[in-house]
Amino acid sequence: MADQELDELTAHVSDFLAAHDPRALGRREFLRARFDAGLAWVHFPVGLGGLGLARESQTHVDALLAEAGAPDNEPERNTIGLGMAAPTILQFGTDEQKHRFLRPLFTGEEVWCQLFSEPGAGSDLAGLTTRAVREGDTWVVNGQKVWTSGAQTSQWAILVARTNPEVTKHAGLTYFLCDMSAPGIDVRPLRQITGEAEFNEVFLTDVRIPDAHRLGAEGQGWQVANATLMNERVTIAALPRPREGGMIGVVADTWRRRPELRTPELHSRLLKLWVEAEAARIAATRLRQKLAAGQPGHEGSAMKLGFAGLAQRLSGLELELLGADGLRYADWTMRVPDRSDFTGHDAGYRYLRAKGFSIEGGTSEVLRNIVAERVLGLPAEPRVDKDIPWKDLPR
Amino acid sequence: MNDDLDLLYTDVEESLRDAVRTLMARRWGPERGIARYDGDTSDPGLWSALSGELGLAGLLVPEEFGGAGASAREAAVVLEELGRAMAPVPYLTSAVVAARVLVKVADKELAGEVAGGQVAALAVPLSAAPDGSAALAPVTVGGDGCLSGEVRGVAGALDAEVLIVPVTAATGTQLWAVERAAVRITPVVSLDMTRQLADVDLAGATGRLLADGDMAVRAVDEALELGAALLASEQVGLAQWCLDTTLDYVKTRRQFGRVVGGFQALKHRLADLYVQVETAHAVARYAAVTAAADDPDRAVAASVAQAYCADVAVLAAEECVQMHGGIAMTWEHPAHLYLKRAKADQLVFGTPGNHLVRLSPLIDLPARGTAGQQTAD
Ligand SMILES: Cc1cc2nc3c(=O)[nH]c(=O)nc-3n(C[C@H](O)[C@H](O)[C@H](O)COP(=O)(O)OP(=O)(O)OC[C@H]3O[C@@H](n4cnc5c(N)ncnc54)[C@H](O)[C@@H]3O)c2cc1C
Repeated sequence: MADQELDELTAHVSDFLAAHDPRALGRREFLRARFDAGLAWVHFPVGLGGLGLARESQTHVDALLAEAGAPDNEPERNTIGLGMAAPTILQFGTDEQKHRFLRPLFTGEEVWCQLFSEPGAGSDLAGLTTRAVREGDTWVVNGQKVWTSGAQTSQWAILVARTNPEVTKHAGLTYFLCDMSAPGIDVRPLRQITGEAEFNEVFLTDVRIPDAHRLGAEGQGWQVANATLMNERVTIAALPRPREGGMIGVVADTWRRRPELRTPELHSRLLKLWVEAEAARIAATRLRQKLAAGQPGHEGSAMKLGFAGLAQRLSGLELELLGADGLRYADWTMRVPDRSDFTGHDAGYRYLRAKGFSIEGGTSEVLRNIVAERVLGLPAEPRVDKDIPWKDLPR
Repeated sequence: MNDDLDLLYTDVEESLRDAVRTLMARRWGPERGIARYDGDTSDPGLWSALSGELGLAGLLVPEEFGGAGASAREAAVVLEELGRAMAPVPYLTSAVVAARVLVKVADKELAGEVAGGQVAALAVPLSAAPDGSAALAPVTVGGDGCLSGEVRGVAGALDAEVLIVPVTAATGTQLWAVERAAVRITPVVSLDMTRQLADVDLAGATGRLLADGDMAVRAVDEALELGAALLASEQVGLAQWCLDTTLDYVKTRRQFGRVVGGFQALKHRLADLYVQVETAHAVARYAAVTAAADDPDRAVAASVAQAYCADVAVLAAEECVQMHGGIAMTWEHPAHLYLKRAKADQLVFGTPGNHLVRLSPLIDLPARGTAGQQTAD
């Protein structure tokens, strides 16, 4: 960013802070004012929480606000809203939708979840069976979703449903914004590998969604969903982090604090993983610079692939490093967390939870297909079901 | 660690890349590289073109010394292209390592000559890491001012007109400049004949003292660190060639009625390789830009670059061979040039393992417990 632009932005933040004392206002009120001042996500348009600036400038704004002791919007409580729903609504939403949804999403007043996966449709998302049938100005939705993280604590959901079974599977989908308090939505926690219930199954029975909450055109659901997934991967990949910012920092910290745990074999593995973590971090910096320079950054999917494997190997190493302590586990009781918190747990939890990194948001195998086909131009997997109307597919 | 450094290429750097690539396309090709293994040492004029027409030998030499006063950023781009072309030029050894020593010891005259294309070589084994071991030079100086000792496995010595020799003297380490005519240089049959090594026998040679003591040790170490940092760019160029060439091949080679690139077993490995090559690009670039900016992080960046990129280059070359099948095992196919260079490069200026050891204190991850604490090993 040019120096002058940066100075103007700094001045804008100072003016805003002068008019809105973060210590005097409540979190909600402060965040609403921040959105209205265009400081929510500066790369969004004016009037929608942004100033139309480069995405990178946000880091500068966040730093200034943090310095002034401003409360943040607890992003770990609304990762799907902030990382996936918001950019998709911005890209495909009507003016009314953008004005209705973005502000409370940013402030955390409305938390979002993602109703995509189904028991019969995970990697093959386009094969989903949840049906939405139009009745005048509303859609009536029936079906079952699964693995829905945070459904218990969310007010809204992004939802993909089948609106036309007569056409091929990709062509018959439509994307909706779904009120989680609507009658007919039944959320049942699913306990996971760590003991807690982060995700749920969600049953939808005659759930009525007004047509005004359709995002994108009827039949355009696949494109809209893909935009969501791309955003998710770029969000994960291009996140600015300091050196030792992630899982590596946790392990390095243990190494430094507890010399009695050190062995030569663990040392060489730790150093290797440190280099890999640092390499991934530098690659993410380069990806951000490429995106800012308007160069194609295909690496979003690729980077997520790298991060998943790295976090898994590091969390495995952490248990070995801890030795006897690695055999203890903090708490197997069933709980429903209200936020994703990876580093706040113990090593056993991290080891188990990290296994999901190569499954959620596209499995590593599916991401390898995407990189091979879309980036490297290799032939697509054989698709036996591509040209057949969805209703005639074997299930 | 510095996130503000620009890891992309400037327009100037891109046109530099074009110039080197065009030159290589005109005067060099893999068949000539293969011929080197059969004893062909004929000179296609690559070095005179690089240093003369393009003036690239002096990129790292300041203008007041007669150089171009550019930086490691530009030199790294040149090395990417040389790695891609597998060109047998003493760029890394003369224009990077030797030039850096001469600039560091402020020998204006010799630095200026090297900038102009005269070839110099630092007389250390190509495998020497930037770990202070230059102080243990095998060459000594007698009371008559004559040197004795031999340095084995020196790269760039065959082309060199002058050698920069670390010498163990009574007072400590010294650096000498020794003319080629004063030494015996014996070519070595090398794993990588596109960067052929030589044994340098200094018995009876005399020369000129360039520096001594701490300055001499630091100059060698800094030059080797810069060599390690920029070698990563050569490795990236090499790895990218392997990836590109393999992609071209698997998209056309058919078996079982399909192109083999459609088989998921290969697709997934290529996707993984792509991730690593992209990451290596970023890491090599970071090493180059921190060196260019003399950033406090440059030592860490150089060792991260070698610990990461050396292995990626080897993997790329190995996958290139495997995914080509039998054709890659033939003398006529260029894959072996890249495999030999990649594997040799892994040992150059320190192995990945040497660089992990070097990183350990720099990033405060020590091997053992500190005194008074119980250790497990
Ligand atoms: C912790 C966690 C949280 C989640 N949160 C959400 C959420 O909030 N909302 C939501 O909608 N979903 C969520 N998911 C679901 C997630 O997106 C799916 O689990 C994922 O897409 C995989 O689908 P699946 O589980 O049906 O596995 P499947 O698709 O059945 O895959 C089984 C195996 O087959 C492999 N495979 C499948 N297709 C191919 C292929 N073409 N080539 C090679 N291998 C293939 C897969 O990689 C995998 O190894 C979450 C998952 C996890 C683990």
